[in-house]
Amino acid sequence: MGNNNQRRRILIVLGVFVALGIVTPFLDSFMQALVTEILIFGILAMSLDILLGFTGLASLGHGAYFGVASYASAIVMTKADWTWTYGIYTWASSSGLGIFYLFIFGIIVAIAFSAFFGFLAIRATGVYFLMITLSLAMVIWGLAYRWSAVTEGDNGINVPGRPSLLGISLDNDITFFYFALAVFLICLGILYVVVQSPFGRTLVGIREREERMEMLGYNVWLHKYLAFIIAGTFGGVAGVMWTLFNLFVSPPDVELITSAEALFMVALGGPATLIGPVIGSAIIRTLQQFISIYVERWPLILGAIYIMTIMLSRLYGVDGILGFASKLRSSTAAASNSQD
Amino acid sequence: MAESEAWLELSGVTKQFGGLTAVEDVALRLDSGDRRGILGPNGAGKTTLFHLITGVLPVTSGQVRMFGQDVTGWTTHNRVALGMARTFQITSLFPKLSVMDNVILAVQGLRKMKMVMFKPLSSYPEVFEKTEMLLKQAGFWEMRDTEVRNLSHGEQRQLEIVLALASDPKVLLLDEPSAGLATGESHEMAEFLKSLDPKIAILIIEHDLDVIFEVASHISVLHYGKVLVEGPAEEIRVNEQVKEIYLGQG
Repeated sequence: MGNNNQRRRILIVLGVFVALGIVTPFLDSFMQALVTEILIFGILAMSLDILLGFTGLASLGHGAYFGVASYASAIVMTKADWTWTYGIYTWASSSGLGIFYLFIFGIIVAIAFSAFFGFLAIRATGVYFLMITLSLAMVIWGLAYRWSAVTEGDNGINVPGRPSLLGISLDNDITFFYFALAVFLICLGILYVVVQSPFGRTLVGIREREERMEMLGYNVWLHKYLAFIIAGTFGGVAGVMWTLFNLFVSPPDVELITSAEALFMVALGGPATLIGPVIGSAIIRTLQQFISIYVERWPLILGAIYIMTIMLSRLYGVDGILGFASKLRSSTAAASNSQD
Repeated sequence: MAESEAWLELSGVTKQFGGLTAVEDVALRLDSGDRRGILGPNGAGKTTLFHLITGVLPVTSGQVRMFGQDVTGWTTHNRVALGMARTFQITSLFPKLSVMDNVILAVQGLRKMKMVMFKPLSSYPEVFEKTEMLLKQAGFWEMRDTEVRNLSHGEQRQLEIVLALASDPKVLLLDEPSAGLATGESHEMAEFLKSLDPKIAILIIEHDLDVIFEVASHISVLHYGKVLVEGPAEEIRVNEQVKEIYLGQG
């Protein structure tokens, strides 16, 4: 039941990414960088989808976990007088394992922050949840901006270069693209397994009817809290990737706009689909790159698209681009059925 | 388990919302196989009483005990784990999920595998077997792939109960199972309720007098939050005070 359909979808998605892997080396370096960026923000958007799409919790502070992991990895690579981070990092780098240390460290920081912030935010719902997550993320922005002893404040942190992956240099754009693609696919795979798991189903149940879930014996708070931490963890992966890609972190990276963009990517592409938010990421990052060449105030255009998305989804009762596509497909299927 | 330990026992249960006393000093005892009904006009505090029993709302004073344990301060899901289940007066299903997925959520509610993240749900055949059994029993198997919001009201009311039964509860609380049903459907509902496992203890709130007298053997009448009278169903049926409340006077 539905299994063939599922298999076909997985094959389509994998096919697209294989095609991406084949085509990207032939693009110019601007486009290669854009594709890599799309993948990194795709990870961020997918992680937020766990909260927004599957659990029904609209967080306006998801940039926080992206930000702390991004900063954490930059600090590890640059703070030469911090022996317990830099020392271990350089030692690990000498045997090609530095990059793993970066990820482990960044992810632990992201988990720690999401565990703490989630603890404060999860009891609230709806707009209150949104406001609390927003203000907690602003705390992170404040830290990035003001705690200049650690974060370099306004100047941001310049990272000298990427560590190697088991001896393979990632300095080349195209090798880094393949690395980003691999990390992206691993994240997609893990998150896909999670949403198909018994636990993943409980999140959907909570989104649909929280009080019933409690009455069926679920500790709703715990499930939401775990979802929050999972989302924070993968937001952290995206953050580490961003530092490695950009080789620079500064307060604008953890601003409200990052959180809002992630939210928008999910809404635009189709919540609770995992792959929809990636499409959202592709559209938004591409628009951002191209429109900003011609128009200075590109967020205005982004805003217009956002309003259109919301209006269309209200009018037709579909969620995002993927929701629209599946509606189209089911209505054509219904039409061909009725002709039989 | 000692003989004297009731499956569900309320003593002195009181709930105040500010100055309003919604439920006052309610005592109640439910044992295996009991079929107890709660009657009362709108606003008598019936649903509030259910919220207190299930732990959705904290009591102002009084005690709720299950199988001899004081569960007064417990969360809802912990009481459910002890063997309690409840249906809702306003249908409270997962409207955008299929009938099957609704029941699966109910079946895995008290199983440890509900926390498993790195295995697909399909690797738990026992959950599907139980779901299939429940769906077939209640006559929902043919419509298992239908989204619940597309079911008729009567079917949704019945699915409410299927969800509550999925955890094999010992104490079942039914909040107006026949709410919004036509007369014929109410009768079907009563028959369905009578067919449930006789060992389950059932507490039922009901507006439909035909249903409650058919299902419950013992009835408490709630009026302004207090138990006005209680007794065997036959006595309540002819009780003057009850008639007065229900039929009104002048």
